Amino acid sequence: MERRLRKELTNLIKDPPDGIVVDPDKISQNITEWTVDVKGAEGTLYQGEKFTLQFKFGSKYPFDSPQVMFVGKHVPEHPHIYSNGHICLSILSDDWSPALSVQSICLSILSMLSSCSEKKRPPDDMFYVRTASKNPKRTQWLFHDDTV
Amino acid sequence: MEIDDDLLANSDAGTEDDDEFVELAPEQTSAMDGMDPEEFPYDVLALEQVVTLMVDIIKEVRNVVEIPATTTRILLNHFKWDKEKLIETYYESDPDRIFADAHLISPSRKVAIACSKREIKPRYSVKENGEYVCEICYASVPEQLMSGLECGHRFCISCWTHYLTTKIMDEGMGQTISCAAHNCDILVDDETVMKLLSDSHVKLKYQHLITNSFVECNRLLRWCPTPDCGHVIKGQYVSDKPVTCRCGHTFCFACGQNWHDPVKCSILRKWIKKCDDDSETSNWIAANTKECPKCRSIIEKDGGCNHMVCKKCRFDFCWVCLGPWEPHGSSWYNCNRYDEDEAKRARSAQEKSRAALQRYLFYCNRYMNHMQSLKLENKLYASVRDKMEEMQKHNMSWIEVQFLKKAVDVLCQCRQTLMHTYVFAFYLRKNNQSIIFETNQRDLEQATEQLSEYLEREITQEVLRDIKQKVQDKSRYCESRRNVLLKHVHEGYENELWEYLDNI
Repeated sequence: MERRLRKELTNLIKDPPDGIVVDPDKISQNITEWTVDVKGAEGTLYQGEKFTLQFKFGSKYPFDSPQVMFVGKHVPEHPHIYSNGHICLSILSDDWSPALSVQSICLSILSMLSSCSEKKRPPDDMFYVRTASKNPKRTQWLFHDDTV
Repeated sequence: MEIDDDLLANSDAGTEDDDEFVELAPEQTSAMDGMDPEEFPYDVLALEQVVTLMVDIIKEVRNVVEIPATTTRILLNHFKWDKEKLIETYYESDPDRIFADAHLISPSRKVAIACSKREIKPRYSVKENGEYVCEICYASVPEQLMSGLECGHRFCISCWTHYLTTKIMDEGMGQTISCAAHNCDILVDDETVMKLLSDSHVKLKYQHLITNSFVECNRLLRWCPTPDCGHVIKGQYVSDKPVTCRCGHTFCFACGQNWHDPVKCSILRKWIKKCDDDSETSNWIAANTKECPKCRSIIEKDGGCNHMVCKKCRFDFCWVCLGPWEPHGSSWYNCNRYDEDEAKRARSAQEKSRAALQRYLFYCNRYMNHMQSLKLENKLYASVRDKMEEMQKHNMSWIEVQFLKKAVDVLCQCRQTLMHTYVFAFYLRKNNQSIIFETNQRDLEQATEQLSEYLEREITQEVLRDIKQKVQDKSRYCESRRNVLLKHVHEGYENELWEYLDNI
């Protein structure tokens, strides 16, 4: 697991895709917990906004999906993102594949933000945030809308 | 054929019973017409025999459609192990479509097609000095250590093993493990799984999962519901008939519940759901409580006059009409709005739910009572065994005391039947036939309780002959009453005499 994470980190630092910033100093102490900054793409509703994603990797990574959520004060307002930072995205649970990576997750989340046409919270945000576990992986997600 | 060897490895022990697997030819089924209609042909299979059966079906289909065994198994699973339907569809529609629907790569298209939906470019799997980079562990691996399915995705063998082990052991998946690549839904076949796994523990679990999905999908197979029994009942057609497993448990082949004649599976299912959920709790609340009209606290009135003061919000109201108390003040604590339509409606709604609750409890109590008595069955058998030994000391031979055990058998059967007659009766709409049914039920109920009482009696030298006569007579009478009742209900099914209440 460690070797793969180190390699992923090296690749991300060496050749980062647009809108994704990794601060190696923050990660080097604990390789199983990362924070990654993502920037809203130009020409989208989130242009100029900056968000922070937290990744926690279990011992079974990459065979088990990492725990991913938005942290910090600024959580993007999006119909699939709850105000506590939890993200409703199928590849983070049911559709996870060990061939996915931190980079592909970031890109998926960015593309999810970019295709959004109206800034709003999920309809059940109030209820979910009150009742959800701290770990988004403990939620049984139901995916009924893959258009946004 | 590789799959056969692997799956058969543990199953040689089962071959002695091979004749049990012979699929009945159609002419043999017609011979059954002469049999007692109660007789339902079935076999009890041990786990190894189930595997053999699965392999036999695969072989049979392969002889017709000529595709690899392991692909055949996935296809069969897709068709719920209905081999006729598979063969028919295979020849009547586009085989490529069938393979795609079953998440397989069609063998006719040998060219490995890349998964069309892939979003992430395979930026790591490029060759680096003759070696590949595994997309999972990011290690450089020589080509011969890479493996994959027909879809073309390649990962190193150690990652594959890890991936399969996680899916099998942690997620309990057998039938539906797909390729490890993102968005690729091509299923992993048995041959590949067996080749890539080395841990015998995981292999065994995988075989169990495959066998389980075979049994669960196959309408003609049913696991014995006894915990850890592991036997499978194979019927020749699907029917709500009693089957008895080698472990001694008798259950309904169609639904898997304890044998429940005379009630039908669907009605029993409705009943069990009703008993399990809280619908009767809410019924009780509806029948016995009202809400404070102001703060909605639930109130149970256990005495006193109709002038209510809510403990919580101090609201004064009338229990009868639920209106504020103030206008009642001058009418000497009588509700002068009693006859208003709304109050009437509320009252009749409450009466209705009270009556419904009473009705449910009536049937439920009797159902539970027999169930409880049946649970004490073992105790009864033990006490009867003692009595039988006692009697043998009083100059009776072994064969002469067997009537007692037989009587307990009859008693248990009667309880089992009676228990389910209450489920049947709960949903039954009253008509002339239902009155006959209830009479039969009452007769059987009385006879059963008398038999039970005789079996409880102390047996002494003086009454021995007498009690034997009584028990034998009574158990014969019980048996005949039971048969009369069942026959009447069955005739009712055939002639569609039974009407059911809906909305309960």
